[in-house]
Amino acid sequence: MGMSIQQIIFMVLSVIALVSALGVVLSKNPVTSVLCLIVTFFTIAGHYIMMNAQFLAVVHIIVYAGAIMVLFLYVMMLMNMNADLEPQKRNWLKYAGAISGGALLVVLVAALRDASMPALSPQSTDIGLIKNLGQTLFKQYVVPFEVSSILFLSAMVGAVVIGKKD
Amino acid sequence: MPVQYYIFLSIALFCIGVMGVLMRRNAIIIFMCIELMLNAVNLLMVAFSKMWADAGRVDAGSAQLFVFFIMVVAAAEVAVGLAIITMVYRNTHSVDINILNRLKN
Repeated sequence: MGMSIQQIIFMVLSVIALVSALGVVLSKNPVTSVLCLIVTFFTIAGHYIMMNAQFLAVVHIIVYAGAIMVLFLYVMMLMNMNADLEPQKRNWLKYAGAISGGALLVVLVAALRDASMPALSPQSTDIGLIKNLGQTLFKQYVVPFEVSSILFLSAMVGAVVIGKKD
Repeated sequence: MPVQYYIFLSIALFCIGVMGVLMRRNAIIIFMCIELMLNAVNLLMVAFSKMWADAGRVDAGSAQLFVFFIMVVAAAEVAVGLAIITMVYRNTHSVDINILNRLKN
């Protein structure tokens, strides 16, 4: 087996990511689903580091594992959810969903199996460092950056207005 | 390390997300599966960014900024979406999405 260290790390991270992603879908207990999703996010952050996107890896962990999943867990504990209260679909609907997703998987893999793509070189690039990304962000993408701040403000106001007791 | 590996990993994660949306009835789990699909796309975008950076393109960082903006939109979406789910739960005492087709009354 002539596998490089990169390929071994890729395989390990991918297997953990896929298993924990399946855990999100298949687990009966919603809190277990959240914990599986956090594991998936950490493995995706590992992939980002392997592809020299260090800034994105850090932001990914802070935003997803640190903020979004805590919000999910908080809402779940607020609703006091557990496996007993979990709404169940009828079995044939579950099989239909699994078969549809599997069919999508087969179609996409069959369509992209013979695509010719270059291989990623093992050399590191400095494109994902915060210095270069910041230059690009504040030179080329200033307007989307400002628009996203307005989006955040309106999302915050919207969340407060929707969640308000009326 | 072929880019295809990353493409297939992203496809698998995306399809697991699609399966979760189709199979589950808990609104919060469906929401989490949507996050999973967004992350599959982000992973693919970072892989293509690395591919173009290897090819010597100076603007390959744009893809990583797109990922950054997707994260921004996902965070805003989660804030509003969880507020809506909390409100539905307060009114119906359930997060079953089958309840939502009676929302109009």
